[in-house]
Amino acid sequence: MTQQQDLPAGLAAIVDDFAFCDRTERAELLIEFADKFKDVPASIATRPFPEENHVQRCESDAYVWAEDLPDGTVKFHFAVENPQGLSAKAWGVILDETLSGQPLEQVAAVPCDVVFKIYGKDLSMGKGQGLMAMADLVSYEAKRRLRERAAN
Amino acid sequence: MTSIAERGYANPGVLVDTDWVAAHLKDANVRVVESNEDQLLYPSGHIPGAVQVDWAADLNDQVRRDYLDKAGFDRLMSKIGVTKDTSVVFYGDKNNWWATYAYWIFQLFGHTNARVMDGGRLKWEKEGRELTRDVPSYPATSYSAPERDDKTIRAFKDQVLAHQAAKKAMVDVRSPQEYSGERTHMAEYPQEGVLRGGHIPGAKSVPWARAANPEDGTFKSADELRAIYETEQGLKPTDDVIAYCRIGERSSHTWFVLTNLLGYKNVRNYDGSWTEWGNSVGVPVEK
Repeated sequence: MTQQQDLPAGLAAIVDDFAFCDRTERAELLIEFADKFKDVPASIATRPFPEENHVQRCESDAYVWAEDLPDGTVKFHFAVENPQGLSAKAWGVILDETLSGQPLEQVAAVPCDVVFKIYGKDLSMGKGQGLMAMADLVSYEAKRRLRERAAN
Repeated sequence: MTSIAERGYANPGVLVDTDWVAAHLKDANVRVVESNEDQLLYPSGHIPGAVQVDWAADLNDQVRRDYLDKAGFDRLMSKIGVTKDTSVVFYGDKNNWWATYAYWIFQLFGHTNARVMDGGRLKWEKEGRELTRDVPSYPATSYSAPERDDKTIRAFKDQVLAHQAAKKAMVDVRSPQEYSGERTHMAEYPQEGVLRGGHIPGAKSVPWARAANPEDGTFKSADELRAIYETEQGLKPTDDVIAYCRIGERSSHTWFVLTNLLGYKNVRNYDGSWTEWGNSVGVPVEK
């Protein structure tokens, strides 16, 4: 299972926040995150979004972009095409708030199953796969950059 | 979309439209029940007065892989203030996928006074109707269900084996990729727990969502449904049919369509579905 101490500090803090939530509190906290969701800015991407940014296995039609920042880190942007995709929106906000601007090594090492520490065991199989796939795509963007930099 | 009454369904009374629900929000004999896959949707806003019945927390046994038993169902009905005279109206996300799942489980306990709101959450939201975050509470009721009926509309693995051997009709309602075995999820996520991909030999592939209109989640007309299940796939209303998916939720949608909208008399949902079949030793699998 995910070792909390290995997570970036912001993500570890959120995992801590959710650790003792009951079902209702968990939903309320996640809805607060979802309410903060902002679509990818037009300066990064406009519809129709490219397939390469599409999260496979996500039934909420989520998209992920990684914008390179001058300090070598990245800012993550998301779109969620399903208006009822609240879980995907909340997850996009959490990933952005905790992983944007963080060292790529840390982002690359985030295990996708951290989703279950935040969303709990009631996550359906389909939903779990979609959210894990979003995390996978975020860490893939970090890994890809690390590989390219190592090669240059 | 034409009205429900004009769509030629075998049992049109099993559906109500959003206007009907809006007119019955304060009807004490009606309990509106929201069932979703996404656990955040109900608390983020629901039809005023609606209660939530959650597939994982409320409808499944928390230890064994099975549904709640009679005592659990009685408690659930009491908690949401339902008597045997209460007309329960289900609605939810994803073309009413989880609403029909809850509907199907209610039928295992004989609560036939039940309907589904055509179009579900999507249509209600698109029409700009009221949503609230207020969670209602209703006086507890005394409800005594019959023992769960696991024979009439539910199928178990051994029955599916015999059904398959007899070459009777089966509908695999998963995606084409799951049907072909191209996707099992196993490679990426061993915890998803399916060791073999493919389908039960002889099963016809009809992804469940083909029965719904994607723009508003309403059910297609009987003629459109017959074109899919009968003209294209060769099913007949007299067939003995088993539907399955991964865990029995998507196939409950197809069960609802074949049974209530097309009037098939003998349809069962194999809720063990591919997560059981694809892990079973020695069962026939086709790719």
